[in-house]
Amino acid sequence: MRINPIIIIPLAVLAASGVLFFADLSPTSFFGSFFGRGAKTEPPQLGTPLADPHRYDIAVTPNRGLPLGSGSVGEGKLIYAAKCAVCHGSRGQGRTAPELVGGIGTLASAMPEKTVGSYLPYATTLFDYTKRAMPPSAPFSLTDDEVYALVGFVLHLNGLVGERAVLDKDSLAAIEMPNRHGFRQVWQP
Amino acid sequence: MKAVKLEQTAKRLIGRRALLKAGLVTAGLGGLATVGKADTIGKAVTETMKTPGRGFSNYGLPSKFEGEAIRWIVADRSVANMGTSWTPLHVLEGGITPNGLHFERHHNGVPHLNPSEHKLLIHGLVDRPLSFNLEGLGRYPTVSKICFVECGGNSNGGWNPRPLNTKVGMLHGLVSCSEWSGVPLAVLLDEVGCRRKGLWLDAQGGDGGGFHVSVPVEKAFDDGILALWQNGERLRPENGYPMRLILPGWEAVTHVKWLNRLTVRDSAAMSRDETSQYTELGKDGTARQFTFVMQPKSVITIPSPGYTMRGGGTYRIGGLAWSGNGKIKRVEVSADGGESWAEALLDEPIRDKAFTRFNLLWRWDGEPCLLQSRAIDENGVRQPSRKKLLAERGAHGYFHYNAVVSWRVAADGTIRHVYAD
Repeated sequence: MRINPIIIIPLAVLAASGVLFFADLSPTSFFGSFFGRGAKTEPPQLGTPLADPHRYDIAVTPNRGLPLGSGSVGEGKLIYAAKCAVCHGSRGQGRTAPELVGGIGTLASAMPEKTVGSYLPYATTLFDYTKRAMPPSAPFSLTDDEVYALVGFVLHLNGLVGERAVLDKDSLAAIEMPNRHGFRQVWQP
Repeated sequence: MKAVKLEQTAKRLIGRRALLKAGLVTAGLGGLATVGKADTIGKAVTETMKTPGRGFSNYGLPSKFEGEAIRWIVADRSVANMGTSWTPLHVLEGGITPNGLHFERHHNGVPHLNPSEHKLLIHGLVDRPLSFNLEGLGRYPTVSKICFVECGGNSNGGWNPRPLNTKVGMLHGLVSCSEWSGVPLAVLLDEVGCRRKGLWLDAQGGDGGGFHVSVPVEKAFDDGILALWQNGERLRPENGYPMRLILPGWEAVTHVKWLNRLTVRDSAAMSRDETSQYTELGKDGTARQFTFVMQPKSVITIPSPGYTMRGGGTYRIGGLAWSGNGKIKRVEVSADGGESWAEALLDEPIRDKAFTRFNLLWRWDGEPCLLQSRAIDENGVRQPSRKKLLAERGAHGYFHYNAVVSWRVAADGTIRHVYAD
């Protein structure tokens, strides 16, 4: 196969100056040899190293992230009335925003109700979402204590924690939601 | 053009084979004789020919006569910047959605992001946590991919027990197709030293509330793109400026906009938008989760509700088909409610995981009839009938509705959305 000299010359110049990078990408990848096939050398490294990466991870997942702090159902009731009832209804029955309460055990029926209590698999999801997204007019405005209190109150409305419950990272992590095993993962790696 | 005798299949559909045989494909369809009166052409010198026109513009906008080519906004009752706006598929042509008409889906509005300050952090279970800015990202070679982006909730009106009678865009317009350009995620994940299997990217945006969902690294490495460009220009703010994920064929919730974090984890974050939302409740009360791939779908955009046919005659049936599994292999059209089908002509090149425009000619006899299209993709997956979809999934799935769509054509030429089964 005759190699076109017009291609060879720029490659030779680039290789000589040491600026041609190669990446050993999997041949099954959509992009194949993105930088060009060849021996593995230094990656471009056009990003800046992060000094303290952990402080950027704010997510609360089933495995990590619940902060220090605590809140009682009673405290949550007051915050809910002030900040949440206007959209979610005074008892979480839903108004302009979705209902949060009820429907436990209805999912297989002809009229299923999907709420925090009936459908959400993890209480950590409720903490994560409330903390970052609620209320929509002031995202990330609630303190961690307030979020514990609100989560406690909403779970209480759903009959999942008692009226005197106080939630913190340990007690919240221990809660198993009614629909914890109600999901089938479609995607397989 | 000489008269061509076209073979007709059932119900006067002039399908792909007939059109190819007749050579109408290369000749174009302009040879069809128009029936008209004498001297309706007008003056030899028109008014505009006697008038200097307007000047130049820095950023072009459509003709004022094209007022129907706008997005349909459906905002939340309580929070006006939450909700959707829908692409007017019924007035568009070809396979690319203009940037100003790409559908929107916001969970707390469009953030105002400054490109000179915006950063993407990739951290978590990686060797070298890094922060990228646009200047650095601009030094990587780009790749481009034409693909559709479809909301998992598109067409959810189809679950309604009664068919909603409105235009195509308002039924199926949470889907658009663009050329996306940017840096392959594989390159950036190699930069930080991320394993290629068994991990998840917790992808977060810089919008109000920091929307986030989890994406398996396998997909990111396969064909994921950090997109910076949309049809040649920078992303529009409402579509993710200055950067977003593009995961060809996958539901749009995973194409996180205004991306500012990829946190690599050993398991999914179980965020609200992969649990409470974007999961499908089934008949047995369990729900499907991580139904990432959008299945084959098609819809006839012309004629469609809002369009009135002018008596019996020759018409074009045109529409769109797409599949997250790959290329569309075939689109079949019926004008008799599914009793018989003709194969439609597909615009070339047929693209992987992108809009495929289909066409065929139809001689309408003026009688009421039922138009349908159904897509089959290269994996052999078929767009299901509504009856089949409901039988499999029940009525409460909400997301991933891709059933065959039926338009009833009345004798007066009006078109309504109906359920055929």
